[in-house]
Amino acid sequence: MEYTLEQIASQVRRDIVRMVTAAASGHPGGSMSATDVLTYLFFKEMNVTPENWRRDGEGLDQFFLSAGHISPVLYSLLARRGYFPVDELATFRRYGSRLQGHPSVDKNLPGVNQAAGSLGQGLSVALGAAVAKRMKGDPHTVYVLIGDGESEEGQIWEAAMAAAHYKVDNLIAMTDWNHQQIDGRVEDVAGLGDLRSKWEAFGWTVLEGDGHDFTDIERVFKKARSRSRLGSPVMILWHTEMGHGVDFMAGTCKWHGKNPSVEQCAEAMKQLEETMGDFAL
Amino acid sequence: MKEYIDTGKKDTRSGFGAGLALLGDSNPKVVAMTADLKGSLKMDAFAAAHPDRFFDVGIAEANMVGMAAGLAIAGYIPFIGTFANFATARVLDQIRQSVCYSRTNVKIAASHAGITLGEDGATHQTLEDIGLMRQLPGMVVLNPCDYNQTRAATLAAAAWNGPVYLRFGRPGVPNFTPADQPFEIGKAIHLEEGSDVSIFATGHLVWEAIQATRELEARGVSVDLIDIATIKPLDKEAVIASARKTGKVVVAEEHLIAGGLGEEIAAVLAAACPTPMRFVAIDDQFGQSGKPAELMAAYGLDAAHIIEAALSF
Repeated sequence: MEYTLEQIASQVRRDIVRMVTAAASGHPGGSMSATDVLTYLFFKEMNVTPENWRRDGEGLDQFFLSAGHISPVLYSLLARRGYFPVDELATFRRYGSRLQGHPSVDKNLPGVNQAAGSLGQGLSVALGAAVAKRMKGDPHTVYVLIGDGESEEGQIWEAAMAAAHYKVDNLIAMTDWNHQQIDGRVEDVAGLGDLRSKWEAFGWTVLEGDGHDFTDIERVFKKARSRSRLGSPVMILWHTEMGHGVDFMAGTCKWHGKNPSVEQCAEAMKQLEETMGDFAL
Repeated sequence: MKEYIDTGKKDTRSGFGAGLALLGDSNPKVVAMTADLKGSLKMDAFAAAHPDRFFDVGIAEANMVGMAAGLAIAGYIPFIGTFANFATARVLDQIRQSVCYSRTNVKIAASHAGITLGEDGATHQTLEDIGLMRQLPGMVVLNPCDYNQTRAATLAAAAWNGPVYLRFGRPGVPNFTPADQPFEIGKAIHLEEGSDVSIFATGHLVWEAIQATRELEARGVSVDLIDIATIKPLDKEAVIASARKTGKVVVAEEHLIAGGLGEEIAAVLAAACPTPMRFVAIDDQFGQSGKPAELMAAYGLDAAHIIEAALSF
């Protein structure tokens, strides 16, 4: 049966909260802020399926997650999209699991093409992959998601300069701009200032969108595609909320890297509709 | 003892440049990148012949490692070149996560390694790189000894499926190994058979070890001399067999004792056949400015110090 994007996103948020609760660790906050954007990306935007996915991305759109700590949202989406069995989500962070705390290629989990976790590296990797597509004449697009807190890493700006310098216009980068990092509000910890102007000054085409409104998400992705291949890399700044979807988890850094208790998980489940069937625990 | 003919001094980095140029012509998957050190890394020939596969990414080593990983995921074989210090210590975490843990087929070409970088001084003289690189799971560490061997090692690195750290240097040094040699990764190169003492040397210290061996043989000491061009994976069989035969081991390298080839061999021998050892290497200090030969002597990295070590058991 066909599910709406809202239904999928609701199930993905349920998966995230249940995974980190079962593992008694993990990063729900950023996973839930990125859920809607990535749901659209995996179910509507990208030209890649579980059947034709391959690590080298040849002849396909490619996605790199740079902010590796939000692995729960990636794993849930890959499972819900059909890359591996949904019940495998129950193994998250357990010994021997393909679902490592942070994404890894070590155990050959389908859909994951690069390890991430140590922040700031994924934009460079995506840039390399985009350059490779251009060299091969492959017309597909490389997508990458970074965090706003992650943008404090110097390597992000090295990659930003290089992408513009090489006019890598088959690269669509996205920032999950939820304004939270482990130690507090990004603005209080190490403010990014005028993020839009920074990316523009680095030579990027910058778009902004509401990362929790599927109508706007669709509008901005369409715009991003129309603005790519014009000589500049594209950055989408998604306005999001950490912990979005559960009232006591939303808008605070408290849930960046903390799991809910069993009782809190039950409370969260009341706020998130089960649409596609929970994975078995 | 065999004759080792110095066909003229050449820098090992030019051996890399020659190997890279050959690869550029023979393998369309090979890509070269540098962080503003194209000339120093002798990448000019590759860059001129294959501008579409050459990237000077500017002074941004971390991004270079990441881009190389992305190119490798797509099936290319990127060689990233910069000074050894900036190719290792500066980007250790990028190499660890984006290259080794992600099993991307990236080749790290590290020039100006060791104290023979010379006049630029300690900021640029890395003496820790072998230790940093050999600790990373899955990393191959090559440290060839002259121009010809570096050229051959460059070709072997491209043929190897997985991350490789290829270490070479700045100054001209005797070029004495065969021009057409095969380079077998993981294989020690047995230069001289002997029975009194084993000398394991790597990189620039191999030529010094040959001079030392000649002098030791003249004094009646029989030397088992082995060129360790592949530091990792170490040819343990060759190391153990030699140590069993001689019962005395000298290791010579242009590196700190900490983390170096000597420690690696010591760990192997401690488990398999504990053997007295001497380390011709630098002990817990930074270098300084000076001429390469002058620094080698001052920091105890020459034939005289190898002889002294071999006679000290």
